[in-house]
Amino acid sequence: MKLIVCINHVPDTTAKINIGNDAKSIDRTGVTYIINPYDEFAVEECLRWKEKHSGEVVAVSLGGDTHKETLRKALAMGADKAVLLKDDAPRDSYSVARALADFIKKQSPDAVFFGKQSIDSDDAAVGLMVAEMLGWPSASVAVKIELTGDHATATCEIEGGHETIALKLPAVFTAQKGLNEPRYPSLKGIMTSKNKPIEEESPAPPQNKSEVVAMKRPAAKNAGKIVGTDVSAVPELVRLLHEEAKVI
Amino acid sequence: MPRFQGVDYYNLNELLGQEEKLARDAVRAFVEENVLPIIEKHYRAGTFPMDLVPKMAELGLFGPTLPAKYGCAEMNNVSYGLLMQELERGDSGVRSFASVQSGLVMYPIYAFGSEEHKERWLPLLASGKAVGCFGLTEPDYGSNPGGMITRAERKDGGFVLNGAKMWITNGTLADVAVVWAKLDGEIRGFLVEKGSKGFTAPEMHGKHSLRASVTSELVFQDCWIPESNLLPTSGGLKSPLMCLSQARYGIAWGAVGSAMACYDAALNYAKSRIQFGKPIAAFQLTQEKLVHMLSEITKAQLMCLQLGRLKDQNKAKFTQISLAKRNNVYHALEIARMAREILGANGILDEYPVMRHANNLESVKTYEGTHEMHTLIVGEDITGIAAFE
Ligand SMILES: Cc1cc2nc3c(=O)[nH]c(=O)nc-3n(C[C@H](O)[C@H](O)[C@H](O)COP(=O)(O)OP(=O)(O)OC[C@H]3O[C@@H](n4cnc5c(N)ncnc54)[C@H](O)[C@@H]3O)c2cc1C
Ligand SMILES: Cc1cc2nc3c(=O)[nH]c(=O)nc-3n(C[C@H](O)[C@H](O)[C@H](O)COP(=O)(O)OP(=O)(O)OC[C@H]3O[C@@H](n4cnc5c(N)ncnc54)[C@H](O)[C@@H]3O)c2cc1C
Repeated sequence: MKLIVCINHVPDTTAKINIGNDAKSIDRTGVTYIINPYDEFAVEECLRWKEKHSGEVVAVSLGGDTHKETLRKALAMGADKAVLLKDDAPRDSYSVARALADFIKKQSPDAVFFGKQSIDSDDAAVGLMVAEMLGWPSASVAVKIELTGDHATATCEIEGGHETIALKLPAVFTAQKGLNEPRYPSLKGIMTSKNKPIEEESPAPPQNKSEVVAMKRPAAKNAGKIVGTDVSAVPELVRLLHEEAKVI
Repeated sequence: MPRFQGVDYYNLNELLGQEEKLARDAVRAFVEENVLPIIEKHYRAGTFPMDLVPKMAELGLFGPTLPAKYGCAEMNNVSYGLLMQELERGDSGVRSFASVQSGLVMYPIYAFGSEEHKERWLPLLASGKAVGCFGLTEPDYGSNPGGMITRAERKDGGFVLNGAKMWITNGTLADVAVVWAKLDGEIRGFLVEKGSKGFTAPEMHGKHSLRASVTSELVFQDCWIPESNLLPTSGGLKSPLMCLSQARYGIAWGAVGSAMACYDAALNYAKSRIQFGKPIAAFQLTQEKLVHMLSEITKAQLMCLQLGRLKDQNKAKFTQISLAKRNNVYHALEIARMAREILGANGILDEYPVMRHANNLESVKTYEGTHEMHTLIVGEDITGIAAFE
């Protein structure tokens, strides 16, 4: 079976983010980039499917040359092939999804995996947009996926509970933490991945449908107030919540 | 605590290749998730965390520079160094396990063993299905191993070993011991398997250092081994010293890992600990300590990296390895002690890693050639006069 996993190259969760001079994007200097953490669950799921049902795992990323680093990591984990859809322009979810959908259509895979969201802009949109563009069924925020023939059953997180979805391949899945335990790239995997190619394609994404007008830091939080440390503080706390914070 | 980001003041990351970074990051994550949560418990109990062995093997941490045909990753020496650095960021005992298995057991089998030895042992050792140890030091011969008493004599189509080794890492755990003994007056390497008649490996107790590592005696009383257990191309003190060069190279990097762990702990602590109404990081004396630590770490990193590049071109001299082992362990220990000071009384608790690293580094400073011996090795190299004989 052929599996495609779409992965993104994002600022490390612990990176300190500064806003760039254009006030519309982040300043990339000194920021380390990593594979989007949710995409690691997606890569791992593909590898497990492949190990069980045999086939091929193709990792794809849209972006500049630096995305190759993240594609290398997917190859080191065990993906068979990687494709960089080379594109240096700032993109919104729609144009990224369109470019990925065009690529996926040509490949006609059995399933496509995404992380449930990318931790850079946190839109949680690309995976589902791609499914719609392809006209394929999708299961998002999946924590468990079982496959029988060309039918999959996915357990997905929903507000306050879980939902079980049955769907027929080809389908799109977006991975949530808990779906699996991603492996470390083994040293042998790292070395063999050196011989695996990263192919480059030039996608033709459409115009963005949205535009970043300005980027601002959230206002600095005021220091918290400690009104006391035992029950005697309760009346004052209630008064403040009522009169100042106006939440009760 | 935020995830550990490494200490890289000079952006040396830029000098690393893609596979070197991937390897480092994989082991860093492995240590964060598998070593740090359990290590204090083992250190306290004085036990080696054996359940790490299959996981370390799966990652490929045993013999990572050896050829792929024996089940190894065939990485370069810079990658190997980075692996040791990250392991020792966890604990020197865990790094020691990997160093011994890789540099002191798999390497001599690879370098001095027959093809049969290699085919039998290297895959077993790489996969962690077998553990090895390296027996050179004796109770009366440490810095001067050439004087060793352990002897092999030919008998019944094999050899009989008599003597005792001491301070042997992994001795009690080992399925195979690489033992150095004199045969007709010449030092040769022998493979002694666990359970051989006349061979015992009792564990040594009472260590205040390297507690999450097994250290043992190896005792040979008329221990007979077959002729085929001789490492055929070993010969002279040079053979074990070649092994030590491998392991010392890894230690030079490993010490940087310990130092980074201590610096990171001290820096975080100094920024959050308030005394006299300010974080202690605001005091000049504390800043001087932190800057000294960072400065020594950065120098040690540069030393390691260039040493690794030389080693990858087969140009590293053993004296250069001595200089790096000597310098990096010395400063790592100094950094661990300074970190301990910055943490005040908290520095002695096992809630923080610094006292464990400081205690471990006392062993690291002595084993694989003491600080003094490395001084004399480099001293001889630059003056042409040997001062240790
Ligand atoms: C935890 C641990 C694990 C170890 N693991 C192993 C192992 O796996 N395999 C193995 O074979 N060995 C191992 N060792 C042994 C280690 O290599 C020796 O301890 C080391 O070589 C020093 O020998 P020694 O302890 O006998 O000290 P000694 O040689 O007695 O030295 C004592 C002191 O005298 C100094 N000294 C000695 N000679 C001179 C000189 N000529 N000039 C100036 N100063 C001198 C030394 O520098 C040192 O400060 C281990 C040791 C420890 C602590
Ligand atoms: C085993 C043990 C037993 C003890 N027993 C007792 C006891 O019986 N009774 C008791 O009262 N206490 C006891 N103590 C506490 C001990 O006296 C304190 O640990 C000590 O005073 C240091 O305080 P601290 O640990 O809070 O470190 P901190 O005061 O937080 O200091 C942390 C670091 O910051 C440095 N620092 C702090 N202020 C400055 C400054 N202005 N300029 C420059 N550097 C600064 C310190 O030198 C240190 O390096 C004990 C401690 C230990 C470890």
